[in-house]
Parts: sequence; C-alpha cells; structure tokens
Amino acid sequence: MGLTTTRRALLASAAATFWLASTSAGLAQDVTLSFLVDNAPNTIAWANQLVADYQALNPNVKIELEQRPGGGDGDNIIKTRLATQEMTDVFLYNSGSLFQAMNPQQNLVDLTDEPFEANVLDSFKSVVTSGGRVYGAPIGAAMGGGVLYNRKVYQELGLQVPKTWEEFMANNEKVKAAGKVAPVIQTFGATWTSQIFVLADYYNVQAAEPGFAEKYTANQAKYATTPAALKGFERQEAVFKAGYLNEDFAAATYEDGVQKIANGEGAHYPMLTFAVSLIQQNYPDRLADVGFFAMPGDDAAKNGLTVWMPAGLYIPKTSENQEEAKKFLAFVASVAGCESQTKAGGATGPYLVKGCALPADVPPAVSDLLPYFQNEGATAPALEFLSPVKGPALEQITVEVGSGIRTPADGAALYDEDVKKQAQQLGLPGW
Amino acid sequence: MATVTATADVTRTTAPVRRAARSSYPAWFFLPAAIIYGVLFLYPTLASFFFALTRWTLSEASYIGLDNFRQFFREPFLVQGLINTLIYGAITSGMKVILGLLLAVLLTSQVIGRDYLRAVVFFPVLVSTVGVGITFTVMMHPTEGMINETLGLFGIKGPGWLTDPRFALLSVALVDVWKGVGLATVIYIAGLASIPSDYYEAATIDGANSLQNFRFITLPLVRPATITVITLSLIGGLRSFDLIWAMTKGGPGFTSDVIASVIYKQYQAGFYGLSTAGNVVLFVLVASIMVPLSWWLNRGEIER
Repeated sequence: MGLTTTRRALLASAAATFWLASTSAGLAQDVTLSFLVDNAPNTIAWANQLVADYQALNPNVKIELEQRPGGGDGDNIIKTRLATQEMTDVFLYNSGSLFQAMNPQQNLVDLTDEPFEANVLDSFKSVVTSGGRVYGAPIGAAMGGGVLYNRKVYQELGLQVPKTWEEFMANNEKVKAAGKVAPVIQTFGATWTSQIFVLADYYNVQAAEPGFAEKYTANQAKYATTPAALKGFERQEAVFKAGYLNEDFAAATYEDGVQKIANGEGAHYPMLTFAVSLIQQNYPDRLADVGFFAMPGDDAAKNGLTVWMPAGLYIPKTSENQEEAKKFLAFVASVAGCESQTKAGGATGPYLVKGCALPADVPPAVSDLLPYFQNEGATAPALEFLSPVKGPALEQITVEVGSGIRTPADGAALYDEDVKKQAQQLGLPGW
Repeated sequence: MATVTATADVTRTTAPVRRAARSSYPAWFFLPAAIIYGVLFLYPTLASFFFALTRWTLSEASYIGLDNFRQFFREPFLVQGLINTLIYGAITSGMKVILGLLLAVLLTSQVIGRDYLRAVVFFPVLVSTVGVGITFTVMMHPTEGMINETLGLFGIKGPGWLTDPRFALLSVALVDVWKGVGLATVIYIAGLASIPSDYYEAATIDGANSLQNFRFITLPLVRPATITVITLSLIGGLRSFDLIWAMTKGGPGFTSDVIASVIYKQYQAGFYGLSTAGNVVLFVLVASIMVPLSWWLNRGEIER
C-alpha cells in the first residue's frame, strides 16, 4: 500500500518535471521561416549558405527552403501563391518590371523604414519601389548583360576584344574560318537565353535615343519604328544568317551553353554575368578561361554596359512571422550577408549593399565588368528596370528571329503588340 | 442489318421502362449529385463566362466588355495555334482509328503471345504523359538523341524532330499516337469480339476472301467502336496540352502552339481575364466541332 503511493507520487513528479521542461522549451520562441527561391543552381547555393550562416547566428530560428522553377512557370507560381495567400514568409523574385507586376502595394510588407535599407544602394532601391515605398532587399550582385568569350580561343587566334559590332562580326568570321569551334553559342532549349541580343543592347539604344524608356512606357516609342531599338533583333538574325551558331543551338540548354563557353567549344556566349557562378560550381578550373565584354554597338567611343539588378527578397503581408523575416532580410542585406554569398557562389559582380567589397582574386569575367562601373556614364540599367512594360512573349519571338523563322521587323512589331497587353493589365495611362 | 433492328427494338422497349424507373426514385435522391455538379462544374463555368469579360488580377476584376475576345483573336499566333490544333486533332484521331483497328484485328487473330502483345500495346496508356514527353524529348535531341544517332549509323542525317518548325508538331502528334493507340486498340478489340462469327463463316462459304471479309463485315459492324474512338481521340486532340507543353512548350517560337498552350501562356503571364476568354473560345470550338460530328455519326448508324 505505502509502496504504491510512493510510486504514484514519483510518477506524478516525473510527469510534472516533463511538463515543465516542455513548456520552458516552448518559451524559447522557436520560429520556423519558410523561404521560396528559384531552382537555378547558383540561387540555391546562395540560399543554402545564407540560411546556414543565419541559423548558426540564431539557433532559435529554422529556415526551410522551398524551390520553384524560373521563367514563366515561376511567374505563375509567385502570382498564384500571392493571390491565394499561401506565400512563404520570405520569397525571392525579380526586381524591376516583374516586381511591379505582382502588385507590391497590395501584397508586400513595406520595408521603407527598416534600418537595414539605409545600407542598400539607391540604384537597387529604385527597382523595388512602388508608389514611393520600398518593398525589397537585394540578394546577389549586379550583373552585366553582354557576351562571355573564351579567352583561350581568343589567344590562339590572336583576337582583340571587340568594341563595335563590325569588329565582333569580324572576330566571328575568323573563328569560323579556323573551323574548330562555333563562333557564337545559342541555347534555345532554354528559351529565356535567346533574349540577350535584344535586351543587352539597351545601353546602345538609350545612347542613340535618349529618353526611350519614358516614351516607351507612355506608348510613344516602339521597337519596330525606332531604328536603334530594332537593331537588337536585326543583329540576332545576322548571327544566324552568317551560320555562326553551334550545331545544336535549337535544343541546347543554358547548362550546355555554360559548359561550351567554359570548355572552349564556342568562342562567344551572349549571357548575363551570373553564369560565372555556374562555371565556378561546375568547371572551377576553367574559370580563368572565360572573359566578358559588353554588347558591342555602332561606335567604339560610345561602348557601354547594360546592367541587370539582382533579384530581391520580399515578405508577403500574409506572413505570420514578419518580424523574424525582417531580421533575416537585414542579415542578407549586410556585409556578413555579402560574404556569405561570396563564399557560396563566388563574386559575380558588385554588391548593392554599402561596405560590401569584392575579394581581390575575382575571376576575369567579373574583373572585365568592373571598369564599366568605374567610368561615369558607361553603364545603363536594362529596360526592364526603367519601365514596367515587358512583354511575356519576347523569348519565343527572339527564338524565331534567331532561328530564321521570322524577320526582325516582324518580330519587333509582334513584340510591340505583346507589351500592349502587359501595359493594359497594369493599367498604365496612354495604352 | 441485325444490329440496326436490334438497336431500334431496344430503344422502343426501353423508353417506357425508363420513364417508369425515373419516377421510382424520390427527387432528393439526386440532390448530392446535383450539389456536387453545381458547385464543381456549373458555378465555375458560369463564373468563367463572367471573368472572360473582365481584366482580372485574381483579387480584382474590372469589366471591359468583349475586349478580351477581341484581343485574343488579334493574338498573332492564335490563328497559327488554331490551325495547329485542327491539324493535331485530325492527325492523332485519324491515326489512332487506322492503327487501332489494324492492331485490334491482329490481336484478335491467333497470333503467338496474344495476351502479352495486348499488354504491350496498352502499356503506354498507363505511363504519365509528362514522363513520356520528357523521354521522347531526350530521344529526339537533334545531335545527341537516340533516334538521330541510330539514323546516323546508317549514314542518314536525321532532322531536328522537335526543333525544326516543319516537324515539331508532327513529332509531338506521333508520340501522342504512340501513347494513345493502346486505348483505341482495346475499344476495337471489344468491338471486334462482339461481331458474331456466323457472318464470317457464311461469307467464306460464299467465297469471300479475307480482304472482302474485312471490308464488308468487320468495317461496318465495328462502327460503334469507331465512333467511340473518333469522339474520344478528337476531343483529346483538340484540347491536348500536357504532351505539347512537356516536349516543345509550343516552340520553336510559336510554331507548335495549339490553342490550349496559347491560353496557358496568357495565364502564366498573369492575363487571367484574357486566358479565361481563351478557355471560353476553346469550349465553343470543341463543342461546335464535336456536337455536329457526333450527331452525324450517330444518325448514320441508325439510318442505315
């Protein structure tokens, strides 16, 4: 009898201890943040490293990564999840025109007054601003749009980096005459890669037609009727017509293209400089073989770079962990965050956070990028960061122009028709 | 002839029975089905007719009348998509009828391993469409794909099956036939099995050869199966999307776009009102082809 009571008392006290232990663990405020990123290899590398470093500093926070496809499927997922209020606590998405298209003022948490925004460069803030308020924090580095070239091929054939389109085509002719590698790599298996000739030509467009972006947004300037803007389409066709493309251009993917330029199976690959991080991951010993130059224009004296702003991190208004999410964004947009990203994917370009420096031993494709940033007026943002108007069908149109299915004039006119829908959906005046 | 009278008899005798059967169930018995149908089918259909008339961001919609339909018909690749849809529907449905019937004739005859062969023909039907699409995309790669490498062994330079604008749509249609012909075959096997063997015996005694047997006995009497196959495969072909999206995404450029992929791209781009209008157009198109067609096919069966 006495024995049973003791045992019961023991059991009760054990249960009480257990109960106390479990509640005190609950008081430590464990938070789980969900974080949606696109499935590009370099994005995943950045995200994983950022999450690991942040969790090491904040053991009570757990961040779960979710992946989504890029391109049109990704746009679809972002818009649908925002509309159905099922967005993750933090998500990664493009800045510029695609940011505008997700209706930021209605869907996103206003970050204008967060202290960390003081460290973010204005050039980035302007591309995640809607109605005068800032909604994003930068992840990744500024990128250049232009041409990656294989330095070994250039060395072997004694070629010079071209400053004009004529020089570029003359180089291509020499590469073709040598007969070993493809002069220009195109990868239409990943349709988005087909747009670079048109989009990265924007520095040349704005140099020839100042104020194009404003007129374009106001429905007063068109690709088809602006000769400088039409040139991007014409040049894409010229490269195809001259027979400069790799044999499998119609089916090759982005990963194939990066492999070809790294291994010297092609001389040029029109691309954004973020491809450098994929080279670093897959072919680290080839990193020194790949250089970069801006999309060549008509005049060597007016040579300049079209710049892409990195993606942003955003917090949806539906998030239940907004304060914790803001802390994570503050970490990403800090010097520690930049270092974490450099560790994961190498330095791909200048960061948009004050105080973030590039390491001394950046790869050539990145160091080729820096002089443009140091010269006043040698860079211009891509059109999608100056105007919310970007048509969704450009990649199909440039595939057609770049494979000789459609003429450049026809393609440009078709694109003008395509952007009209976007402008109307956004409710812009004048459309 | 026998089937015709049989069908006529059946309709005559079943009609009063059916009327009697209907009254034997109380009305509330149909309520669950009616609610499910109303909530899941009727309401979304009616709602889509409304949203087709708006510019819609999923959270707000502004009424713009018939502008979406105007825009959709101005869509430069829509005409191409429309033609492609009809070509795709006609090719897949036609080939499924011909191949399905021939395979069914083969598989109802006394071939060795008949049951095994039946299973093999039906197997692709069970596999996921997207999986089939990805597999064939790899095999049809212009330089590294299995098909062109095999052709290369014989010194033939194969075309870019999915990258040449002339072949892309046809290549996808052929894969669709490969995947779907099993279902047509099974329907035809059932149709062939229901033909009494007396006819063949009688015809053979009269001196008919096997070609005449096929032409004058099999073909007319397997007609109900043909109607089923045409109806199913044509509807499937006209609204086909998954295989095309998995293999070409409508590319290269817009050359293998069908209506469904054009609609999907509008949806992807966030033009929800426009894509809803496109779905209404697709609905009208399929209905306007299928309703007269099935009426014509079925009328033919009763009159003869």
